[in-house]
Amino acid sequence: MSQVSTSPTTAALGAASKPERRDIGLRGRYAAERRFRLYGMAAIAFGLIFLFLLLFSVVSKGYTAFQQSMITIPVEFSEQIIDKDNERATNPQKLVSANYPVVARNALAKVLGVGEDDRAGLRAVNGMISDSVRTQLRDLVTANPSIIGTTQTVTFLAHGDLDSAFKGQIDLAVPENNRKISDKQIGWMNQLAESGALSKHFNTGIFLNGASSRPEAAGVAVAAVGSLYMMLIVLVLALPIGVAASIYLEEFAPKNRFTDLIEVNINNLAAVPSIVYGLLGLAVFVNFAGFPRSASLVGGLVLTLMTLPTIIIATRSALKAVPPSIRSAALGLGASKMQTVFHHVLPLAMPGILTGTIIGLAHALGETAPLLLIGMVAFVADIPSTPLEPATALPVQIYMWANEAERAFVERTSGAIILLLVFLILMNVGAILLRRRFERRW
Amino acid sequence: MSISLLLLVVAVIGVAGYMVGSWRANALAGGRLSNLHSRPGYYGSFVAIWAMLPAIVVLLVWIVASPIYISSTVRAGFPEEVKATSQAEQNLGYNMIGAIARGMAMLSAEEREALFKDGTTARSLLATKGVPLAADPAPYMLKSADDLSRMSRASSTFLSILVVLAAAVGAFFSYRAIAPRFRARNRVEGVMLVGLIAASSIAILTTVGIVASMATEAIHFFNRVPAWEFFFGTVWDPRFAAAGSTDSSGQFGLIPLLAGTLYIGLVAMLVAVPVGLFAAIYMSEYASRHVRSVAKPLLEVLAGIPTIVYGFFALVTVGPFLRDLSEQLNGLVTGDYSNFIQAQSVLTAGFVMGIMLIPYVSSLSDDIITAVPRAMRDGSLGLGATRSETIKRVILPAALPGIVGALLMTASRAVGETMIVVLAAGVAARIQLNPFEPMTTVTVKIVSQLTGDLEFTSPQTLVAFALGITLFFITLCLNIYALYIVRKYREQYE
Repeated sequence: MSQVSTSPTTAALGAASKPERRDIGLRGRYAAERRFRLYGMAAIAFGLIFLFLLLFSVVSKGYTAFQQSMITIPVEFSEQIIDKDNERATNPQKLVSANYPVVARNALAKVLGVGEDDRAGLRAVNGMISDSVRTQLRDLVTANPSIIGTTQTVTFLAHGDLDSAFKGQIDLAVPENNRKISDKQIGWMNQLAESGALSKHFNTGIFLNGASSRPEAAGVAVAAVGSLYMMLIVLVLALPIGVAASIYLEEFAPKNRFTDLIEVNINNLAAVPSIVYGLLGLAVFVNFAGFPRSASLVGGLVLTLMTLPTIIIATRSALKAVPPSIRSAALGLGASKMQTVFHHVLPLAMPGILTGTIIGLAHALGETAPLLLIGMVAFVADIPSTPLEPATALPVQIYMWANEAERAFVERTSGAIILLLVFLILMNVGAILLRRRFERRW
Repeated sequence: MSISLLLLVVAVIGVAGYMVGSWRANALAGGRLSNLHSRPGYYGSFVAIWAMLPAIVVLLVWIVASPIYISSTVRAGFPEEVKATSQAEQNLGYNMIGAIARGMAMLSAEEREALFKDGTTARSLLATKGVPLAADPAPYMLKSADDLSRMSRASSTFLSILVVLAAAVGAFFSYRAIAPRFRARNRVEGVMLVGLIAASSIAILTTVGIVASMATEAIHFFNRVPAWEFFFGTVWDPRFAAAGSTDSSGQFGLIPLLAGTLYIGLVAMLVAVPVGLFAAIYMSEYASRHVRSVAKPLLEVLAGIPTIVYGFFALVTVGPFLRDLSEQLNGLVTGDYSNFIQAQSVLTAGFVMGIMLIPYVSSLSDDIITAVPRAMRDGSLGLGATRSETIKRVILPAALPGIVGALLMTASRAVGETMIVVLAAGVAARIQLNPFEPMTTVTVKIVSQLTGDLEFTSPQTLVAFALGITLFFITLCLNIYALYIVRKYREQYE
């Protein structure tokens, strides 16, 4: 192929008499080889680029969700507005239904120097404050009615649009009429930011609040608790049932029609679209058995059925990996078949089983479609205290937020996705560590 | 006694049975365990099982049977004119009676008496106890509710007695059975084996449940809408038609949905198959161990990302990007800056779904390519073929059946995928060929038909089950065929 192969004698005869090489298209074939290789690399690069694009898109949109603009100003709890006729001693309802947003609006207007009869100005000021100020101030006042008439420094949420603007997510080049926040409000925003009244704080609300139609006050707490309940139900049901089923199939089952049927069934169930499990849950658990709709119990049961095949398949391969010599040794020492399996085979297979279970759980955690069908897509503001109460789930919350139009919800959605991905990463890393730490190679 | 308390009592009896049984066995052994047939723990477990199992069976049977019995007795006591009304009306009345009975349980004795003297106060009285009634109850309802609450109380008392009795009797007789030569281990293991078989039957029960539940609801649907109109209809418009028109329930044509499903699936496969296949080939034939150990897990991360995240990615990133891109392209070519790709389109949904499917294709085909025997590679390389020629002429043909199987499995995922298409494909059900326009799929329509506020008996809701069973059978066929191919192929080399 090259000079090296030519013998010394031909080299001595000179280059001119070198025999003509037959053209076997080698150049073309090598080029084809390089091209083929390049396609392979391009394919992998394509996949990885989109993985990073996806993660980048989510993180760049979502990291700001963990910060929240707050306004800290002195608020005068004016008796004029809250309780004009001084009836709070006789009518406690008065304090609950008082017009607190006006209290906050007036306080902000005072700071910004907006006159009390400038109606348009006051409306614009009101647009900078989150509606959640109503419950916040109400709770302050009902807890301690003596603050009425005094002036307190209060920190409350800025309106979602102001929050977006303050984070620089609103394009100021757009004509004023087409955006949610006016030039006047932007000016005030800068004024407040300079004086330190408007600043970004770590957003604890996204972890602690339930659903809300106001993006600045919406959080994933209900969804996270719902997901937690469901994961517990899946773990408690799917792990023992899955392990029991695999032990039977792998260690005891005779080879007959029945076990063959079970086997084909499990393989098929693993590939059934998840939405079909949702239909099953709706028809069987909600309609037939009469379980409450939207409850995490039903969601947990549906996800259990969905996760079972995954756990069974993982457990069976873990059991298969335990060498037969272990079984023979135990049987030879007089253990019964059941003792052999439960005392010797199962403990050795446990790391593999747990790894499979965690991966199955991670899948269940990210599953959305079946939960939509059993009514978990609901507006739930209170954290459920039992699995029988209505709840949502993390991915369902993401779905619901993704359908909201406001800019601030895009940020929340991405933030919730980041949370979900963090949970999934933790679970998968746990699975990998478990495998590294305990897996034995025979 | 409440059910959870009852379960606790049964558990306590079980634990006590275990301890007493083990203790009894130890005593019988007289210091030498070899006198016993089984280890003492097995005697304990035997007693525990016989204490708890019958009690729990009784409990379950009672929980299912007693409401049915009570309901039929109460209904039998309805006055004749009520019995003459329709079933739905009777159900409504029965639900109200149930609510009254719940409220009655919270009343004091005087309040109850007052209630029976003057039935008209029932609504306001019960409302104070947190039981709202839709209307003033008819006179017969109060009596029925009283019957109902008395019977439920009796049933609950009777159940408690029965369950505790079953546990005690079971524990007593199994305790009596303990003897040194008694084969406790074999008995316990027998019960365990039954438990294992029951657990593995759940897989079959799930399949039966899926088919049976969807089939019954789908049959309800086909009773109202003829099957051929569903399977061959070309218009999807499930609204109630305007008054006066002959068909009162809209049109439920499957074809547009199926077309959308297949079209989006096709686009997804066009993205996923070449990329996934080439990635698998590179990873199994070219990549160094180092590259492989990094790239393979990273690609598999794509499979671990929840589909809702892909849906969101399509909705806020890919869709708008394609729309803006088409705007610019159109502007450059024709000078008219209007977009020809919609943000929600077949292309958007298919492309993003394709990315999701890459790891499925690549890891399944990676396994299959690696399973091709070494000798075939060596033979081809030894004859002077380049690596790519070996792959194209030897390995791929050998691996083809397996790869086809893998692709079928991937296709069944594409057909059943929900969240990406819900967010990115649009809801317009129509038949067309332009990939830049939105289309809708079977799964999107299942979701949208079942997340509304429709009642559960209307064809608008029931159609979701007909769609579901169609989807189930499509994916079932794809999977069974794929499994068949893969199995057959595996036998060739093993």
